[in-house]
Amino acid sequence: MTKSLLLGKSAGTRLVLVGLALVWVLFQFLNPNFLSPRNLSNLLLQIAVLGTLAIGMVIVLVLGEIDLSVGAIAGVSAGLLALLISQGLPWWLAILAALAAGGVIGLIHGSIITAFGIPSFIVTLAGLLVWQGVQLQLVGDQGQIPIRDVVIRGIASTYVPTLLGWLIAGLGVVAIFAAALVRRRRRERFSLAVSPLSADLLSAGLAGVAVLAVCAVLNSYFGIPWVFVLVLTLLVSCSIAMETTPFGRHIYAIGGNREAARRAGIQVRTKTITVFVVISMIAALAGIIEASRQFSASNSLGGGTLQLNAIAAAVIGGTSMFGGRGRIYQALLGALVVGSVQNGLDLLGQPAAIKNIATGVILVIAVAVDAVGRRRRLARGAAE
Amino acid sequence: MSARVIESGPSIAAAPTLELRGIEKRYGQVSALSGVNVTAKAGEVTALVGDNGAGKSTLIKAIAGVHRIDAGQILLDGEAIALTSPRDATEHGIETVYQDLALCDNLDVAANLYLGRELRRRRSALLDGEAMEARSAQVISELGARLPGFDVLVSALSGGQRQAVAVSRAALWGSRVVLLDEPTAALGVTQTAMVYDLIRSLRDKGLAIIVVSHNMADVFALADRIVVLRLGRNAGEFVPSQSSPEAVVAAITGADTVGEGR
Ligand SMILES: Nc1ncnc2c1ncn2[C@@H]1O[C@H](COP(=O)(O)OP(=O)(O)OP(=O)(O)O)[C@@H](O)[C@H]1O
Ligand SMILES: [Mg+2]
Repeated sequence: MTKSLLLGKSAGTRLVLVGLALVWVLFQFLNPNFLSPRNLSNLLLQIAVLGTLAIGMVIVLVLGEIDLSVGAIAGVSAGLLALLISQGLPWWLAILAALAAGGVIGLIHGSIITAFGIPSFIVTLAGLLVWQGVQLQLVGDQGQIPIRDVVIRGIASTYVPTLLGWLIAGLGVVAIFAAALVRRRRRERFSLAVSPLSADLLSAGLAGVAVLAVCAVLNSYFGIPWVFVLVLTLLVSCSIAMETTPFGRHIYAIGGNREAARRAGIQVRTKTITVFVVISMIAALAGIIEASRQFSASNSLGGGTLQLNAIAAAVIGGTSMFGGRGRIYQALLGALVVGSVQNGLDLLGQPAAIKNIATGVILVIAVAVDAVGRRRRLARGAAE
Repeated sequence: MSARVIESGPSIAAAPTLELRGIEKRYGQVSALSGVNVTAKAGEVTALVGDNGAGKSTLIKAIAGVHRIDAGQILLDGEAIALTSPRDATEHGIETVYQDLALCDNLDVAANLYLGRELRRRRSALLDGEAMEARSAQVISELGARLPGFDVLVSALSGGQRQAVAVSRAALWGSRVVLLDEPTAALGVTQTAMVYDLIRSLRDKGLAIIVVSHNMADVFALADRIVVLRLGRNAGEFVPSQSSPEAVVAAITGADTVGEGR
């Protein structure tokens, strides 16, 4: 918990990184275009929506709940966005309304779950049906509403200018080093054990090199996609909220031992409702991004395998289905794995059937790893 | 009856720190507590004994605000208080070590000690992890418990170490009443002695302590008063210096009524 955002190295994360590397090497071997800047840039655009949904999913899973309706919420949000813009509302007001709609949906889910003690699985399954219905109503008979607003169309199709991209990456590197050094200084001030300076600098350095490498690759194509900046901003904000605030600490506590959290005076119901509001707003954001990618809101937006892939991505990244364990960045890792497999199979001209089968197999492997880890902890007599 | 009783004379005038009157608690059809009266005085250790299922944990949880009582009164320093949630109890300075410990396995030691009452960095909404870790080290070392570290997850601790964490948590926050439900059940000889030393030092700080235990020898060594529960009812009250363990055991099992009404 106290390990910092980028320096905490859990065995699970290393395993996912190895898996991702294997996938990349395999597809590069099968198709030399796989690791080209152009394809990597496309990959990031393709996983923006999935990654966004998976970030929200990690939060709910850590709480020990699940949300089966994020895809449908994304659909409602996109439909509302397109409808309001076609009515002549300015883009920013339409975005606010779409996000607010997500918030209201989450409030409804959370209130029902906590008021009646119904499992979130059931409530959000019902939500899936209800909100898909609402989406169909919003989008109407044409099956889609085109979006002409340039700002909204630009969210997922514009790139950060090269120089600004380097500036952002540079700031990121500075932030990584600053975070590592501030943490050291604080630990020294409280005379707590610190790892050798060289080790801290090495891991910060590795993270920094990774950031600069990503920036270099993207800048050699069109630049960093703005939508990637958006997803990273969401990722960092959610990480800070989950790992360095009492709110996040309480979410982990509830997921780890609900009764212990309650006895510690944590308001389990309020926190549960808040989490469902947050994930629904994140789902609404995903809907806005997808509408921007498609230049329209269709009645199938957010449908299909997206919902299930969001859960799969969170779990493949290393988040436990049993609550209390998982980190936000794992959402992006999982989305990268799922996205890479699908993108790679696309390049090889494989049909959707193969993509689904591959994703399913990887999911089972990831859950098996999680279950084995859990059984080991139980065997040690540690888990309640 | 004896010097002990006369000693406690003045504190009768001042209300006891905690007084339970006519507590009733039912689980559906099962009546777990009926008409239970218990008092706990500042600077005293009250032992709560009874057979398995006598209602000891139920009573502890009622005082901790975990269970709402169906009838009866809970008075703190002579004033009736309502305990509708664990937070109510902690706000009144009542801390509890539960029989099932109630720790979060997935959090580290420091996070568990400060759970629900996290320290924040000055003028911010951010956790002060370093301050919590440093102070945890202090509290745990006062207890003399040996832990592998304060940033290790509780899931990696032994049963005794987990118990040490739960007791430290109560010691850290308790300001008026500390309730301990079989706090030494998983502990070795040395650790048990340390927990008892800690209980004595909390007592000497003027807290009212209620401790549940099945170990008669320890109860007689530690307690100022012994309250016996049997099948959810009061079954006698004893002062260790004037009673024998046999009499207490008789009251626990209901084999004899020697101690009743005393
Ligand atoms: N959550 C519950 N639901 C239903 N009945 C319960 C519950 N908790 C306790 N009981 C019942 O209430 C009675 C008192 O239980 P309690 O746990 O208070 O006993 P105890 O004195 O602490 O026993 P032990 O020494 O075994 O810890 C028992 O008959 C038990 O079966
Ligand atoms: Mg008990």
